[in-house]
Amino acid sequence: MTLATYTFDAIIIGAGGAGMRAALALAESGAQVALVSKVFPTRSHTVSAQGGITCALGNVHEDDWRWHMYDTVKGSDYIGDQDSIEYMCKVGPQVVYELEHMGLPFSRLDDGRIYQRPFGGQSKDFGGDQAARTCAAADRTGHALLHTLYQRNLAEKTNVFSEWFAVDLVKAADGLGFAGVIAINIESGETAFLHARAIIFATGGAGRIYQSTTNALINTGDGIGMALRAGLPVQDIEMWQFHPTGIAGAGVLVTEGCRGEGGYLINKNGERFMERYAPHAKDLASRDVVARAISLELRAGNGYDLNGVSCVKLKLDHLGADLINSRLPGIRELSLTFAGVDPIREPIPVVPTCHYMMGGIPTNRFGQVITVDSKGQDQVIEGLYAVGECACVSVHGANRLGGNSLLDLVVFGRAAGLDVKEKIRDLPLRSVGKAELDAAMSRLNRWDNNREGESVSQIRFEMQKAMQEDFGVFRTGEHMQEGLNKLVQLQERLKHAAFSDHSRVFNTSRIEALELDNLMATALATAHSALYRTESRGAHSREDFPKRDDANWLTHTVYYAQDHRMSRRAVNMKPLHVKPFEPKERVY
Amino acid sequence: MSEAMRTVKFKIYRFNPETDIKPSMKDYELTIPDNQDMMLLEAILRIKALDDSLAFRRSCREGVCGSDGMNINGRNGLACVTLLSSLKQPIELRPLPGLPVIRDLIVDMKAFFKQYEKVKPYLVNNDPLPAKERLQSPAERKKLDGLYECILCACCSTSCPSFWWNPEKFVGPAGLLQAYRFIADSRDTSKVERLEALADPFSVFRCRGVMNCVEVCPKGLNPTRAIGHIRSELLAEGN
Repeated sequence: MTLATYTFDAIIIGAGGAGMRAALALAESGAQVALVSKVFPTRSHTVSAQGGITCALGNVHEDDWRWHMYDTVKGSDYIGDQDSIEYMCKVGPQVVYELEHMGLPFSRLDDGRIYQRPFGGQSKDFGGDQAARTCAAADRTGHALLHTLYQRNLAEKTNVFSEWFAVDLVKAADGLGFAGVIAINIESGETAFLHARAIIFATGGAGRIYQSTTNALINTGDGIGMALRAGLPVQDIEMWQFHPTGIAGAGVLVTEGCRGEGGYLINKNGERFMERYAPHAKDLASRDVVARAISLELRAGNGYDLNGVSCVKLKLDHLGADLINSRLPGIRELSLTFAGVDPIREPIPVVPTCHYMMGGIPTNRFGQVITVDSKGQDQVIEGLYAVGECACVSVHGANRLGGNSLLDLVVFGRAAGLDVKEKIRDLPLRSVGKAELDAAMSRLNRWDNNREGESVSQIRFEMQKAMQEDFGVFRTGEHMQEGLNKLVQLQERLKHAAFSDHSRVFNTSRIEALELDNLMATALATAHSALYRTESRGAHSREDFPKRDDANWLTHTVYYAQDHRMSRRAVNMKPLHVKPFEPKERVY
Repeated sequence: MSEAMRTVKFKIYRFNPETDIKPSMKDYELTIPDNQDMMLLEAILRIKALDDSLAFRRSCREGVCGSDGMNINGRNGLACVTLLSSLKQPIELRPLPGLPVIRDLIVDMKAFFKQYEKVKPYLVNNDPLPAKERLQSPAERKKLDGLYECILCACCSTSCPSFWWNPEKFVGPAGLLQAYRFIADSRDTSKVERLEALADPFSVFRCRGVMNCVEVCPKGLNPTRAIGHIRSELLAEGN
């Protein structure tokens, strides 16, 4: 069988906010670009983002990108790379104005400028009063952003490979770098080799490693799996954000913007308990802080009982119907649908829910993928890029601030696109041999040839259960080791799993099987990295190592799938335009 | 302790072009706890765990991505925001009507997206770019509410008889809602061109006001009203 080959200057894998922004940066370059997505672009998970995109426009009070930078470094618990954070916060206003010029329907202030709301972890003047820095389109900012980017891509006539699934990277014959990816046209079931000078991963998160998550069903860590199988590392992958307010039972996200607009959390005694945990910022403390506070309240028996599920409640009714209907209409809709509760009248039952992967494929601030050589030095992989949630650039470190995710997507999607645009003439189209193609096809061939075995859904269920039980908000070495043991067994079982439907046309079982490999790779990486980091920092909260340990752990963790090798990589503390922010105790 | 269980019955449209000459309805039963309700999508995911050959699209599972539009007991809707308890059994699931079926509940949406693209669904403004944002008053911005929230699920257009009969010529409710979203945007400078492009007898005027689109929209949007606004603007232009 000969493999169909399509050749481009650049391919972008993933059409969420990061991938589509990268495509736009390349649109005017004259380069041949393919935007490859396993779902139609507006079905990507960016669509679910609610509260907004943070940057220092200064529309409601005096503001400064350096204050935003300070908050982000502090929020990261000091393992965010300060050169990347500086770049993101400094260029942020420009990329948000660009989105506005593209047509994004931002909510407006009375003077006609973009509306900005308070979000968690935001301060004026380096830790002073609460800031209002998150630009919003009501509580549908992700939807508005994703559709605007898709619409711009339509205007620019971007070549979209919609409903194509990327299977694996293809190594170059010379052993240096990568020549493209193997991908499946889901509708026809045909496999093809997409050959390109530059490859940009924008594959999003992997929240589906957990049982309860705000993430879409498509968030299966496809870029993480592909990178690990290609011998590339992932960084800080133990850092998983639990959003304080997922709807109890359903897992559906309720934006932090609710608390930004004046909502607050209560326990079963009606107490506004965040006042005890974060006397200054209260309900707008960082997400890791609020998620831990809720978990402690539940552990202390202060939760409401909702059909056997313990939860706290998010109170909004005091804000009034007008504000809820104008600023939080989507939340009202979700709450009515998934909790049967109208927030105009009653509080919404919520629990901390897996939300965001801070770790990912390590990159520099141009989005170029980095690996670490035997001497511990960074090595850039020419022609390979990663942006958005699948990347670890690293602007979020150990804990992401709300509203910084959409900013990360557009800032670094754009940066990677611009970098590729500049270098495209110099990047070689690397040749491949049969051996490289066979290697990249091997996983697909294994699944296609497995005719009998355990079902994909059973193994996926057990993996999600293990992650939920042993790698949650609070972690201990003992439980994590048990969890890792379960994952190792599950990975072995996965090798012998099978799906029964071997037809070609729109075979979603085949795609789900390939996705499970990626989920399992991400889960294992998480488990090894979480056991490796023997301290508590940001979202990684270990009861057996409750303190932050800067002497040993002010560092990135780096994981390779081969032999599950762990190492470290220095955090960048060298911003270009400001003095570095030195680690200090993190209080809100 | 054993929970009381109940059985939920389904009839699901099945068609695999590789093996089937024609489509058929297949019966499924799902056993779930008596006191448990769930979204239809969750039920379909459980059915797929039992029969992995069943194909359907899904992504966000919360009604914002527009993947899982289907015909549920004769009415178009999103499986992920439809409660099982709201449905009469056996629950009949079919692909969205009026579009070619690729497989099972998956339709070919090319004709739908083509109409969306036809209205040039992107902001056009050839004025020099300001250094900051273009200003828009809250009142001007309010005109976009009820328009920009569309998720392109196609529930509306595939429930519209005019779209069934003229999928090539009638833009359909989803496309027209987006056409009006840009006509109504104070920042857009191509209103005249946009209206001209819709001035033929088919693009807009095939709407017969049946209002199926309003009835089925899972986001509670009102394409018929938007179409009415476009008609008024066109008639005003014509005078």
